[in-house]
Amino acid sequence: MSESMGVKTLIIDGQELSARAGQTILEVAQENEINIPTLCHLEGLSDVGACRLCLVEIKGSNKLLPACVATVHEGMEVITDSERLRKHRRTILELLFAERNHICSVCVSNGHCELQSLAQEQGLTHISLPYRNPALTIDASHERFTADHNRCILCMRCVRVCAEIEGAHIWDVMGRGINSIVITDLHEDWGSSACTRCGKCVQVCPTGALFDKSKIGSDHPKYPDFLPYLNLMREAR
Amino acid sequence: MTIEELEQIAKSVSQENAKYDFEVNVCMDLACMSQGADRLREALEKTAEASGKKVLIRRTGCMGPCSSGPLVRVDPDELLYHHVKDTNAEAIVGSLGGEPVQGLQCDLNEHFDKQVRVVLENAGHIDPEKIDDYISRDGYKALLTALTEMTPNGVIHRITESGLRGRGGGGYPTGLKWGTVAKAAGELKYVVCNGDEGDPGAFMDRSVMEGDPHRVIEGMAIAAYAVGANKGFIYVRAEYPIAVSRLTTALREARRRGLLGNNICNTPFCFDVEIRLGAGAFVCGEETALLASIEGRRGTPKPRPPYPAVSGLWGKPTLINNVETYANIAPIVRNGGKWFAGMGSERSKGTKVFALTGKITNTGLVEVPMGIKLREIIEVIGGGVPDGHTFKAVQTGGPSGGCIPAEMLDLGVSYDALMAVGSIMGSGGMIVMDDTSCMVNVARFFVEFCMTESCGKCIPCRAGTAQMFTLLTRICEGKGTMEDLDLLVGLCQTIKETSLCGLGMTAPNPVLSTIKYFKNEYIEHIVHKRCPAGVCNIEAPVPEAPMEVLA
Repeated sequence: MSESMGVKTLIIDGQELSARAGQTILEVAQENEINIPTLCHLEGLSDVGACRLCLVEIKGSNKLLPACVATVHEGMEVITDSERLRKHRRTILELLFAERNHICSVCVSNGHCELQSLAQEQGLTHISLPYRNPALTIDASHERFTADHNRCILCMRCVRVCAEIEGAHIWDVMGRGINSIVITDLHEDWGSSACTRCGKCVQVCPTGALFDKSKIGSDHPKYPDFLPYLNLMREAR
Repeated sequence: MTIEELEQIAKSVSQENAKYDFEVNVCMDLACMSQGADRLREALEKTAEASGKKVLIRRTGCMGPCSSGPLVRVDPDELLYHHVKDTNAEAIVGSLGGEPVQGLQCDLNEHFDKQVRVVLENAGHIDPEKIDDYISRDGYKALLTALTEMTPNGVIHRITESGLRGRGGGGYPTGLKWGTVAKAAGELKYVVCNGDEGDPGAFMDRSVMEGDPHRVIEGMAIAAYAVGANKGFIYVRAEYPIAVSRLTTALREARRRGLLGNNICNTPFCFDVEIRLGAGAFVCGEETALLASIEGRRGTPKPRPPYPAVSGLWGKPTLINNVETYANIAPIVRNGGKWFAGMGSERSKGTKVFALTGKITNTGLVEVPMGIKLREIIEVIGGGVPDGHTFKAVQTGGPSGGCIPAEMLDLGVSYDALMAVGSIMGSGGMIVMDDTSCMVNVARFFVEFCMTESCGKCIPCRAGTAQMFTLLTRICEGKGTMEDLDLLVGLCQTIKETSLCGLGMTAPNPVLSTIKYFKNEYIEHIVHKRCPAGVCNIEAPVPEAPMEVLA
């Protein structure tokens, strides 16, 4: 990014804004308090552009771009909210709710869940797609944490935080497509894996898939905000 | 190695061949091998030796009409025998110099007359494991010409002039892609050949790699010279063991002849190629997933830009083209861009290899000029639908292509024309369906393929294909409703517009195109609970209690 230093001007939702070259659309939007829904994105982790919720329209192009990875261009005109985008976002959220067993009323993250908040924000009131109701396991072998695959949305934040920040890389993905699942080590129980018990994955998990055993019921807010701070401190050292 | 030396080799090959009165070419492509071509060749060799006639028994690559295999062509008479068994060896050897063997000869003049062979020009004529055979048919001449007489820019200009577009499916202009990689900053660059052909019913790339491996290597070497790379990778799926072994042999022979390695043809140009095997994931045919797989990571795509041309293998500028694209390079460099641009249609130049499969008489490989009508490919070259059935649809472009109905058979085949009717060129698979195919079931089959081959990274493709499959299964079982159909169409649109890579973006094509052209079949399933083709097993409708879904 340093090689292409410069300032770009662009329009997001009618607002004329300036940005540094190399910044993503999402960064610029967030700096200017324009809300773009995100799920797999988390400040402090690398971006993968996988959840597709942050797709935005670019004037003059029919293609939708993921705001978390698409960088700004001079004069680009971004639309972050439209009927088309809302329809896609609702469908994507519906797909997630129907994919596994997301039953908010009995979930430890009820009230503190990013998926739930997004559904509320996007006005998703019911699911029209057939529920898949897969039979998935719960790994409670760890002394401090539990992994409930029923609630996992495969955002891969745990995989990224463990590899990129903690440096342990015990989380990874197994399988393909609808059968993908996050695993610890080479598909061993979390409890007997090489986990360092740092708990970062639990804090960054947007849903109730990873949770702390010591927290009861719905009293389980997560604090992923430590990440940018931690990165800042590491850079400063 | 110089051009004179190449000519010397070609001369000695023709002198060697002149010692024989007859050449018996046995197709040793996977399809013919599986029907006993190996045993046939041994039998032919034995009988030829015993007969005392001067006969050269040569194993070759794919001759085309795979369903008629094993195939044998006798030169110089150009007699083509089909369905040859090892027990026919004596009759064939005995007939040399006399009358052709009765009952074995196949009449496929129409099949061959309409074809124009550029990529497949050597297939069926050379031994894929002998580099000298390739050299004798102008092989490596283009590489040496490029190295000694052309600048890298000159090569790119020639490719641009030819109008060649990527044969892997996207149809991106090859010259433009080369130019981008050539201009990309950095000393270290890579060229990659995508041989991860995974579409059901497609085998063009396999046949090229099995029948003429040097053509691919030469194309890659020319590309490397043009873009300034000196390392190449061929990514082949492990399910193609014969292709892998022939490519390995070809690379060894090319190195031995000094056509790969350091200071090729006494120029400063150095280039070598490594083979990487795919582990059976369809998504690894997507370029960013393929590169991840070469790097040894999980084969999942990533958002573009940055394109591989700017940041590819290990972050370096990388040129990635399909097998067939590379196979077109040497003839273009040899004959000029204008020659290539003289074939084909307005915006799709040259020829295209198609794998004809399904309900068609002449299953196999065909190479036709772009712009040819679908009707000609299916009815004339393919010989039409067998057993008195009627043609219903042709599916182009593999699992992510669309189904084209009979009314559109007069469509000229090109990237844009196929896109306009809701299908894609894809890598060139063509699956023909007749009145015994149920289009809903066909859509379900392809969606199931995309579902199991989705990598699982992005939500629309991972969960969306699974939902499409559930809805289509309901309809096939006679349990669907008209609301399900609307839901399906809406879902298709989201998957198409929001997926991360081409797999997801094109996965709804078979569904959307069958709904567009064969909606009556969907309605028959949903409203009248019957499958017009008699494929789907729909039980007599019993009033059943509505099932409550817990949520």
